[in-house]
Parts: sequence; C-alpha cells; structure tokens
Amino acid sequence: MDLSLRQISHNYDEVEVLSDINLDVQQGEIVCIIGPSGCGKSTLLRFIGGLEQPRNGQVVQIGSPPKDSLNPLTYIFQDFALLPWRTVEGNVSLALEDHALSAAEREKIIVDVLARTNLSDFRKALPKQLSGGMKQRVAIARALSVRPAVLLMDEPLSALDSQTRELLLDDLVDLWSREKYTACYVTHNLSEAVRFGHKIVVLSRRPGKIREIVEIDMALEERKNNMAELEKTQTQLWQAMRDEALAADRELLDV
Amino acid sequence: MSKTDLETTVTDEKPVPFRGAGFLPTPRRVVAPLVFIGIIAFWEFGSHNGFISPLVLPAPSEAFAAFMDLVNSGLLWKHLSASLQRLIVGWTAGTVLGIMVGTLIGLFSVARSGLSPLVSAVFPIPKIALLPLFIIWFGIGEGSKVATILFGTFFPTVIATYGGIDNVDRGLIRMGQSFGLSRLSIIRKIILPGALPAILSGARISVAIAIVLLVAAEMIAAEYGIGAYVLLAGSLMATDQLIAGVAMLSILGLVIAWLIGKAEKFFLRWR
Repeated sequence: MDLSLRQISHNYDEVEVLSDINLDVQQGEIVCIIGPSGCGKSTLLRFIGGLEQPRNGQVVQIGSPPKDSLNPLTYIFQDFALLPWRTVEGNVSLALEDHALSAAEREKIIVDVLARTNLSDFRKALPKQLSGGMKQRVAIARALSVRPAVLLMDEPLSALDSQTRELLLDDLVDLWSREKYTACYVTHNLSEAVRFGHKIVVLSRRPGKIREIVEIDMALEERKNNMAELEKTQTQLWQAMRDEALAADRELLDV
Repeated sequence: MSKTDLETTVTDEKPVPFRGAGFLPTPRRVVAPLVFIGIIAFWEFGSHNGFISPLVLPAPSEAFAAFMDLVNSGLLWKHLSASLQRLIVGWTAGTVLGIMVGTLIGLFSVARSGLSPLVSAVFPIPKIALLPLFIIWFGIGEGSKVATILFGTFFPTVIATYGGIDNVDRGLIRMGQSFGLSRLSIIRKIILPGALPAILSGARISVAIAIVLLVAAEMIAAEYGIGAYVLLAGSLMATDQLIAGVAMLSILGLVIAWLIGKAEKFFLRWR
C-alpha cells in the first residue's frame, strides 16, 4: 500500500501552518520529515494517519493494505503514550482487544511482538518501572502487534538520552532489514534522518513547504559504518535548514 | 610566599558548612499518639482538680462511662446501624449518580453546556437548608435523610469526576483513536481509569460532607442514629453522652478515611 499526499495546506485560524505539500510514500520506504520546530511536521503526520483533517488537499491510500493488517496506519508517539495502569502485556493487548481475535490468537501475537522487541522478561512490569528506552520498545511492540502497513513515527527518539537513542535506532534498522516496513519518520535530528531515511523531506519554517527532497541510496544496514560519507549529506541538509531554523527560533509565539 | 603564609592556609582548613537542612517534614510515628494522650490526660487531670468545671466539660472518663452504658444497654448497635445504613445508601447512590453525570459532562458538549452551570448553581447551597423540602417530598422517615446525603455527595462527585476527565492526558486518548479503539473502549479503558485518582480524592471530600449531613438530618425526627443520640444528649444537658457521640463521629470519619486510603493504595498502585 502506498500513500500519496496531495496539495495539502492547513491553517489554524489566521496562521497558515502548511502550504501545498505533495509527497508520495512508497511501500517499503522510510520517509523522514525534518524541519525547524513549529513548521508543522507533526501536524502533517497527524494528517497522514487521519488523526486530524487538513483544510485543503487530501491523503490518499493507493492499493489496499494487507488482509492481515489490523490497523494499517499505526503511530509511535514521542511521549510513548502507554497507559500507566496497565502492564507491558496489557498495553500491547489494548491495541488488540477491539478486534475479533480469540484469546489464544491474542496471546500468540503478544508473545511474538514482545520477543521481537526483547521485552519477554518484562511482560508483567508497569510502565513506571521501565526506563524511557524500554517504554518506547513497548510502544513499538504495541505498534507491531496490529501488523501495520505504514508506521507513523512522531519523534520517537526525542524523549530519550543519546545512548538509548543510538540503541533504539539500531533496533529500528534491524527490524526494517527483517520486515521492510513502510514508515514516515518525523524528527528534528539530522543524524537520525540520514541514518534512517531513504528519502528525506526538508520542510521550511511556517508555513511549512517542501523545500527539498534528498534521497540516499546507501542501504540502511551499511550506514552505521559509513557515517563519514553521510556527513556530507547531513551538512548539505543543515545548510538548507540553518537559516530556516534561525528564523524560526527568533519568531514570537502566539502570533 | 613566606612560611607563615603557608601555615595560615593549612590551619584555615575546615569542612564546608551544611546548609541544606529543613523544609522536609517527615512523619514521626510516636508524636501523634503522644499529643492525643497528652491532651486527654490534661483534660482528665483538670476535671479531677476542679479547674475544668464538670458543667462546662465532663471528664473523658465520664464520657467513656456514657459510651459503655450505650454498649451495655445494646443501644450502640441500634444507633450505629441506623446511621451507617443511611450513610452507605446515601453516599453510594450519590457517588454512583455523580460519576455518571460527571462523565456525561466530561465527555459531551451538550451535557457540559447544559448541566455544568446547573451544578455550579446548586453545589454551594447548604443541603441542610433543603431538608424541610426533602421532608415534604420524601417523607419524614428514611427517605428525606438519605436524599439529603445523596444530594450532598452528588455534587462534589460530579465536579471531581469531570475535573478528572478534563485532566486525562489527551495524548492517551489520541493514542486510543490511532489504534482504532471504539468510543466505548476509550471511555472504559482510558478515560475512566485516568480520572480515577481525581474521583477517589473527591470521595474523601464527599464522605466528610456525608457525615455532616447525616448528623444534621438525624437531628430532625429520627428515633435512632448518632445524630439523634447527640441531639437528645444536648437537650438533656447530658454533656458526657454528647462527648461520647461526637467521639464516635470522629472515629467513624477516621475509619472511612482509612478505608479510602486503602482503596487508593489498591487502585492507584500503578502510580
């Protein structure tokens, strides 16, 4: 299943947030969306998953999601969004409970996703007992449990410290190598973008427009050891973003 | 640098003074019982010495004797069961209805616009003032007493519930929507558990209100009940019985607060 964003623009009251966004997300591809803070990248991601509606334009699904997909467009949030009163397995099962699955099928899915995210030993733990990285693993397990066609990740690593970020990024890359999922990945971190994106979309500051789309051909698995080469791309991206970021930083809020 | 200079720097060595003490009250287990025992001992001593007149305040031992009379005559259970029954029925009904209406106000725009001004308008009315009306509506028996407690607990519960719902993390609700959960599932599995801490702290307040209203309602036309007992003691100037009755109310309040504390520990162990 591919996604296509067509002429999306949006405004909150007087303020124009996004303007004329056209973008295709192909199956098996990871699209990173970067931009200065307040450029509407998270808003854009909410449009893609149908959590919010743009004033103009639309997001189109091309083709249908795989039959076994329970929730084709699935989010991973920056703040993890785990229910603090449910255990790890309870949080995963929350996503499954509204679907017609037998208890045995549900159990099988939970065991499977917890194994894939190395969480099997933490089944009965409450979120308050887990570190930030573990919490985000639970959120990833929950997202995988509904067999998404497209993963929508909203700064999933931004609330974590840099070591954990590195570990989790490796996990996401490993997972992609095995399953070739499709993803939209919003971040403000350039090095995450060059490590993880097949296609990097640079948005300008408000109103967010697509300023540049950079494609990186290097396979995801090789990037970790070839950071020198990626450095160039990263610098190039930073050059494109620098002035925007500077201007965005100096903008008054609440205009 | 001369030799004396060096010596003075060495002799000037001293530990950095600790300045971070205080402002952290911690519970000391023995203090509270000591204060209680101290006050009661002083009171007893004063009554025996005569500088607290028995007309003004009876000795604690007399109040205790009055309480033992109540136990021995078998009236204690009659008073207590009558009061507890009213309290439990009134408070439970008020809380259940309050949670239901609070949830409606918390979730639906029409209910919020229509009901929340009404709640704000009726909440501050002392329900005791409405007691004569309740007697006309529900009769002079149990009905009016339970209704007073019900109304008294209903409003704080409504306010606590919708306040709690307003404070549920929007991110969690959005997460529920993003996984395609049904509206009912979101309410049952995300919103209500999220509002539970606020509902429980509302319960603490509503229980205290319920005890106040219980006594007030029992002072009008009740044969049994702690309020009736206190009223009778007062009109007979039997201050020892009055103190015994008031002490029972205090203990009742403490026991209920302890039970709610237990419930909070159990239901909110995820915090």
